[in-house]
Amino acid sequence: MNKMVKYVMIDILRNKMVLGYTLLLLIVSLSVFSLDDNPSRGTISLLNLILIIVPMVSLLFSTIYVYNSTEFIELLVTQPIKRSNIWTSILAGLMSSLCIAFFVGVGLPVLFFGNSQTGIALIVAGLILTCIFVSLAMLASVSTRDKAKGIGLAILLWFYFTIIYDGIVLFTLFQFSDFPMERPMILFTALNPIDLARIMILLKLDISALMGYTGAVLKDFFGTTWGFGVTLSAMLIWAFVPAWISLRRFKSKDL
Amino acid sequence: MKFRILVPLIFGFSTLAFARSWSVKPEVGKTVLQSAFDKAANGDTIFISPGTFYETDLKISKKLVVIGVQFPVIDGKQKGELLTITGAGTLIAGLIFQNSGYSGYLDIAAIRILNTRNVRIKNCRLKRNFFAIYCQRSSLCTISGNIIESDASGEVLSANGIHCWKSDSLKIINNKISGHRDGIYFEFVAASLVQGNVSSKNIRYGLHFMFSHNDTYLNNTFRNNEAGVAVMYSKEVKMFNNHFIDNWGSSSYGLLLKDISDSHIQGNKFSKNTIGVYLEGSNRIIMERNEFSSNGWAIKIQASCYDNTITGNNFLDNSFEVATNGDLVMNKISKNYWSHYTGYDLNRNGIGDIPHRPVSMYSRIVENNPTALMLFRSVMVDLLDQAEKVIPGFTPENLKDDAPIMKPLKL
Repeated sequence: MNKMVKYVMIDILRNKMVLGYTLLLLIVSLSVFSLDDNPSRGTISLLNLILIIVPMVSLLFSTIYVYNSTEFIELLVTQPIKRSNIWTSILAGLMSSLCIAFFVGVGLPVLFFGNSQTGIALIVAGLILTCIFVSLAMLASVSTRDKAKGIGLAILLWFYFTIIYDGIVLFTLFQFSDFPMERPMILFTALNPIDLARIMILLKLDISALMGYTGAVLKDFFGTTWGFGVTLSAMLIWAFVPAWISLRRFKSKDL
Repeated sequence: MKFRILVPLIFGFSTLAFARSWSVKPEVGKTVLQSAFDKAANGDTIFISPGTFYETDLKISKKLVVIGVQFPVIDGKQKGELLTITGAGTLIAGLIFQNSGYSGYLDIAAIRILNTRNVRIKNCRLKRNFFAIYCQRSSLCTISGNIIESDASGEVLSANGIHCWKSDSLKIINNKISGHRDGIYFEFVAASLVQGNVSSKNIRYGLHFMFSHNDTYLNNTFRNNEAGVAVMYSKEVKMFNNHFIDNWGSSSYGLLLKDISDSHIQGNKFSKNTIGVYLEGSNRIIMERNEFSSNGWAIKIQASCYDNTITGNNFLDNSFEVATNGDLVMNKISKNYWSHYTGYDLNRNGIGDIPHRPVSMYSRIVENNPTALMLFRSVMVDLLDQAEKVIPGFTPENLKDDAPIMKPLKL
């Protein structure tokens, strides 16, 4: 299995798209930090990058990669290797290589320029988001044989988590504006990994003061060490569950 | 005619010439200070030698000059008041007053200036007192160069640093106040000057005044107070070149204006406050040449305000520039620099060609539904703001800057 992970990783890291992704992240983060002498503002600018670009690239690249290696997977299946081993190796290879790309592209500049609690939260959030969206991509690509459909599904997932979900939340908030919605909001946040990452970083920036009562409730919940643990574990569940479902589907899939 | 002026002059000089100096040393078990104050005649000078005096309820009822040599300490052992001054023209300098009493129903003060005039408190240090300096029904007093500290822990158990009530023509200059309930508190104080003070880390307001008209506030710094600065029910207030910094918390304001009218706020810096300036029921205020930077909200202006002029200010990197709660806006906003402005300047005259709307769609949503702040900085919110900018529909029609400046003003 280690051999396969290594092979997948090297294959991906040599891929021009991942190299380009790393370079893009690197250029953006370096320019953000060198344009602005205030590192905390640079961190905020990077927040947008992490919330939009990282999920999109992780999703799309992973989906496309899995579809492109269909023949390779079929070849491996004919060998005396467990299906779960094949699938987890591809998953691990994708996750680790994209995480390396993210760490080189964003992590190192952040550690170098804006090394603070916020910076570290930013890196952790980015890494976990990468893993989550790789695992969602695996789910998307296992659910249909058609490449175009699979990629379409991946795009739809990205669109849902970045924009549509928040729209629904806003709509719900207005529908239920006569009720105290602070606690349900915590649940709503937990149901979207991008929101979780955003809140995690914002609370480190001490934005909660802006939010009045909502901020106080959020801070009470997410701001404590316990809340931080809950956030992290919620995000890890988000990374684990889709991957697990995709694995189960792959095991019984008619290739 | 000449004679009439000459007589009091000669008389005045002669009393000066006879004024004596006393020196007081601490003695165990004796109230040497009060007996010195009693013995001294009008116009005398008392030098207090270094040491600690455990005396409370001292009273000065005549004109005295009391000077501490190398900061002698008057310690109240947390019982009662320390010094009450009723003698006009008294000067107190170079003393340390500490550990006044505390009361739940009496205003116990370290130094009380009562029903008098021309009293000066200079270069004293006040530590761990309930009220530090309490000026009551007095006029023309000067409180300058004092360092006033306390370690207040809750609003109920603490009192104000410099508390002035029903006084006028005071000068509060270059004091440093921290750890009290309100740093400087004015109630019914008129025509006074507050200049060069630093009020920080107080557990309520750095500066708090009510019903105090015609006062001037210059070059003060209000930093890191739990609730910033609140000023209420006053008119003709001038606030120039003050700094409102780091008043960051869930109910914190750089400057809260409630029912203030005909006032002038100029050259101030509002930086890193949750809300830079909050206006409610305030009319005819001129705000110009101020700098708002890195605040949560630069200005929150309620619909109950009208005829205010906001012009020539810099708005730099605030999360929200302006928020309001109504559609009717009767204030004049023009010629400010807004860092959120995305317009252009084709004829290069330094003024943007399209108006700037500082109230974003999202700030409007948040005003109606504060819980929506959970979506702060999400992609959806950016999208909404952009859409609103292109086709304004929800933000108040009149709240706009018709002539936004393209480059930050040099202030």
